[in-house]
This record gives sequence, C-alpha cells and structure tokens, in this order.
Amino acid sequence: MAKKERVLIMGNHACVLGAIYAGMRFYAGYPITPSTEVAEGCARELPKIGGRFIQMEDEIGSIAAAIGASISGVKSMTATSGPGYSLMVENIGYAYMTETPVVIINVQRGGPSTGLPTKVSQSDTMQAQWGPHGDNTAIAVAPSTIYETFTETVRAFNLAERFRSPVTILLDEVIGHSRQVVTLPDPGELEIFNRTKPTCPPEEFEAFAMTENLVSPMPAFGDGYRYVCTGLTHDTRGFTTNRPDEIAPKLHKLRHKIVDYKEEIVKLRDEYMDDAEIAFVSYGSVARAALQATSIARKAGAKVGAVQLFTIWPFPDEQIRQLCSRCRKVVVGELNMGQIIHEVRRVLPPDIEVHGLQRFDGEILTPMQLVEKLEEVI
Amino acid sequence: MSTVVKEKDKQRSDVILQYLRPRKAMPTVWCAGCGNGIVMSAIIRAVDNLGLSKDNVVMASGIGCSSRMPIYLDFNALHTTHGRALAFATGVKFARPELKVIVVTGDGDALAIGGNHFIHACRRNIDITTVLINNNIYGMTGGQGSPTTPAHAFSTTTPFGNAEKQFDPCGLAQAAGASFVGRGTVYHTPQLEKLIMQAIEHRGFSLVEVISNCHTYFGRLNKQGDAVTMINDFKDRAVPLAKAQKMTPEELKGKYVIGLLHKEEKTEFCDVYDDTVKHLTGGKQA
Repeated sequence: MAKKERVLIMGNHACVLGAIYAGMRFYAGYPITPSTEVAEGCARELPKIGGRFIQMEDEIGSIAAAIGASISGVKSMTATSGPGYSLMVENIGYAYMTETPVVIINVQRGGPSTGLPTKVSQSDTMQAQWGPHGDNTAIAVAPSTIYETFTETVRAFNLAERFRSPVTILLDEVIGHSRQVVTLPDPGELEIFNRTKPTCPPEEFEAFAMTENLVSPMPAFGDGYRYVCTGLTHDTRGFTTNRPDEIAPKLHKLRHKIVDYKEEIVKLRDEYMDDAEIAFVSYGSVARAALQATSIARKAGAKVGAVQLFTIWPFPDEQIRQLCSRCRKVVVGELNMGQIIHEVRRVLPPDIEVHGLQRFDGEILTPMQLVEKLEEVI
Repeated sequence: MSTVVKEKDKQRSDVILQYLRPRKAMPTVWCAGCGNGIVMSAIIRAVDNLGLSKDNVVMASGIGCSSRMPIYLDFNALHTTHGRALAFATGVKFARPELKVIVVTGDGDALAIGGNHFIHACRRNIDITTVLINNNIYGMTGGQGSPTTPAHAFSTTTPFGNAEKQFDPCGLAQAAGASFVGRGTVYHTPQLEKLIMQAIEHRGFSLVEVISNCHTYFGRLNKQGDAVTMINDFKDRAVPLAKAQKMTPEELKGKYVIGLLHKEEKTEFCDVYDDTVKHLTGGKQA
C-alpha cells in the first residue's frame, strides 16, 4: 500500500478539499475575512475538475446562486463570516422552506456589526439556529482541528443531502487560519451520501411528498419533473397554500425530518468521562484547549473529563445529559458572552452546577485559563 | 370571415392551455385587466414558437404580482425571495448551462431591492432572459412608489407627488453591459412576442422591458383611468426606435421608445468559464 501523502494546510483550505471530496462542484461567494481563503481555494481548484466558481456581487447573491445550483442538481456551498452570514439568513430560510441541500461555512469573527475581522470568536452559534425568521430546525456542526475541518465538511454535505436541508459549518478564526500537517482520507474511505432522486413517473410526482422519513426525493431542474419551488408555504405539490390543514403539516415536516432523526446527526467526543466528577463542555478551538486542560488536571489527580460538541444544532440534549450524569459540576468554555451554556443548563438536572468561562476580547481561551477556572469551582 | 377569426382565436388559446400547470387551481392573483396576463401569453407563444422543451425551461422570479407567473406555468419554477431572482437564476444557469433560464420580474423587484443583482447580471452577460414588467408601482403591497414611478406621480408613499427621479431600465441595462435590450408594451403584443423570442434566442444577457398597466393602483391614484384606457394610452405614447431617432428629447418627453434598442455580439459568461475549464482539464471536461 502506497504511503499516504501528508500535507500542510490551513483550516479554510481543508474546507475546500473536504467539500470537493464530498462532491461539491459549485461555489458562489463574496470575499470576507477570515473566510476568504475558502473562496480563493475554490476559485483555484474547481475549474480543474470541471466544477464552477463564481464571485457574486454580495453575500445575498452568493447563497442565492448556491441554492439555485443545488436545485439544478449540483452539490454547492458558500463561505462567509459573521456580517456576511447575517446577510445570508433570509435565503438560508428559503433553503429550509424549499428543502434544498446547501452548505454554508461561517468562519466566525468578533461582532456585533463589522466587529473584529481578524480576531477569534464563537458568537454566531445562536445565529446559526435562530438567524432566519420563522420556525426552523437548523443543522450546524463545529470542528476543532484541521483534520476535523476536512471530515466535518464531508459530514456537513452528507447531512445536507440526507435531510434536504442547509447545513452550517461553524469554524472560528483560529481553526480557519491555523495550519496543521494532516493525512487526508483516500477517495472512498469516507462514505458519501447523495440526495434521493424520484423514481415515479413525472405525472405522479409530488415535489414535497410526505414520505416515511419525511424527506422527499429531489429531482434536479431539467430531469423532467417540473415542479414549483417556492419560499411561500406550500402543499405537497409545491403550490402555495393558506390552508391551516396544509400549513401545519409542512412545518411539522420541516422540524420532524430533523429532530426525529437526531441520532444520525449528533456527534460528540468524550475523554476521561467514565469517572469524571467535573466535565468541560466545549466546541471549536476551545475544545482543544479543554482537552489539554483535562490532561493537566488528570496529572494533578483531579477527576476531570471533556465533552466536545461536533454537532451544535440540533442540540444534543440526551447525549450531554447521559455523558454528564455522574458529574457534580460542568464548565462550559466559550468565545462569546455565553450562548451554548444556556443550552447545557437547560438539558442538565438542577443538581449539576454549570459554570461558564467566557472570553470575548478577541483572544483564545488557553488551557491554563481553563485549569484556573477548574481550581476556582472545585 | 368571422368563423376564420374564431378558429384562429381558438388555436391561440389552445397554445396557452398547453402551458398552464396541470392540477393548479386558477384563477391567478392578478386583477382583472392586468397586463401580466398579456405578458404571460407573449412568453408562452415565444417559447412555443421556438419549440423549446418545457423540461429545459426554468422560469425564475422574485416577489411581486408579476413574480407569481412561474407558479402558473408548466416549466421548472423557481419562485424566490424579493429581488433575488437573478442571483438564483445565475446559480441555475451557471450550474446547468444547457437550461433556458427566463426571469420574470417587476420594477420594484428588479430595480430597487434587486438592483445590485440586476446590474451585475448585465455586466457578466450571463445567458439569462429577463422580462421586466414595468407598471411604475408596487402592486402586491398596495401601490407604493417604485424606482420607475415618474417624478411628481402619486403613490401611497408619495402622497404629495414623487420627489425622486425614475430609472430607465433599458438605459441602465445597456450601460451595465447587457448585450440585448428591448422594450415593448402590453398594447403591442405581436411585437412583444417577437422581442421575447429574439431575447431567448440571443446568447448573453437579454432584457425585455414591458410597459404594463396597474390600473388598480397607479391608474387610480394618478387618474389614468381603467385598464382599457391605460393600455390605449400605451399605444398613443409608444414611439418605434426608427422614428424616435429623428425626434428631439423635448418631443420624446413622456413617450416610450419601443423595439429592439440594443444588440451586440459579446462573449458570454458561462462560455468564457467553460473555455478555462477545457484549457485546465485538457478538453476533457467543461
């Protein structure tokens, strides 16, 4: 067996390679720091393999073009950072409503507004769920290393295709811009999921049919299944509706096609949790600091464990409850003023103390800061 | 004589019926007498005359009265967010250049909220046909001023007369780089049908602006009468391009210059990108 090639790449480039590995062949985007290297990588790599890159006039156009390409049958994505993500949310809502798979990379930076273009932040975690207006159930994932950025990008595409849904990848600036030597998987090593296509004759086709798993087969424009794709609330055929008996089932479908299959979406990593009395819960770059803080604390004899969230939305309620069930205390480290800590508090029984360590000055949380927090709450 | 006319009318309406979406309950959301129906039939005839397969036509739109059109027609329908039709359509066309993409939009949709996408689609010269139905007002939200509401005209948001100046969509498109620009009205239907046909056949970004009537709001608020009066007024105010070229700006005030206003052969965006792909892949892929 040939020795695998080891490459030195940055997180943003790992997104490009992961997406191409997953079958992405269409990218539309608008430059914004710290996500720009994703666009640059796609501009360079996609035409070499017959894919397409377009720099749109703004972020609204970027997500729109990506959705249009996906409806035409091509796996597509866009990348941006905080302010650009804010501009995209209306059309992300359109993708939820029209059940269109599309991947959005948000390399988070400090905010609000233009904020801190080159500083780290995790302050868009709530926006990834609650950005678009109206009820929606989001899928968002967050890697913490360069290798994970590659694999989570592949997973994001698989989830988008499986659930016919937009999927947000929440990177933070540190992950997007840091470089690591990684050994990338060979083609075929990771499973690739493609959307289910309809097999019925076109005259029997209903674009948003209520199937057993609530995900309808999706044809591409040009396949011969002509249907109405609209952001207006619609019936199973895609026709706009105002009827309560059609509105409620549509919204039920959008929610339950995801929450009922949460097991397929949720992914966590736990270290030293078997006998842990105190647990770190974290994601993104903080998760790496938490792992190191955990081993420092273990060496000092403290029963500390770490839980890393790969899936942020839908929030892994049961899994966190189960993993932390024996803990007395939980420490949530975040690069914001406290967003996921409320979710953690919500899912844990009241007798488990939940402490937060929040940093929102544009700097990372260091392992020693997490260790100090442990000493404080112990 | 009259039976011949009736027979012709029947054939013309049979063509329309073939393109209405099966299983879609009618009527449309449009007011009686609205020009949108006339534009819809012109588009249908243009597509029918060209012999395009319904499967290969994508009709995209944003939000507004005219933007409901794709829901009624039996093509691949993309009814998107307000002003964004051209951005969505760019994704469709660039991902699948073999599809014929027609965008139907209104003056508010294309030129206000969608103004940026409009000028950049023109600049790229991407092969999309845009039919811009211009009735000088926001119809769906109830008669507010739009970027083509004339100076001093009345709307619900310009109750004392419009203080702003209006856009000329055709001039804007040409300046931004569109390679086919034409204007028609809902009175001059055979010419409109032909313009739309030529626009669809043209390789590059094509704009057909259609002067249309919103008698419900614009007509009423500006005392321009009912649908028939307004449409007849287009007949009086329309000037063919050849004639207009001999007229002074003063004489052209308040008139609509109609016909094919601008056409040039220019490289198209998808074609240029495909050349790059072919070059990079040694001709294997495009």
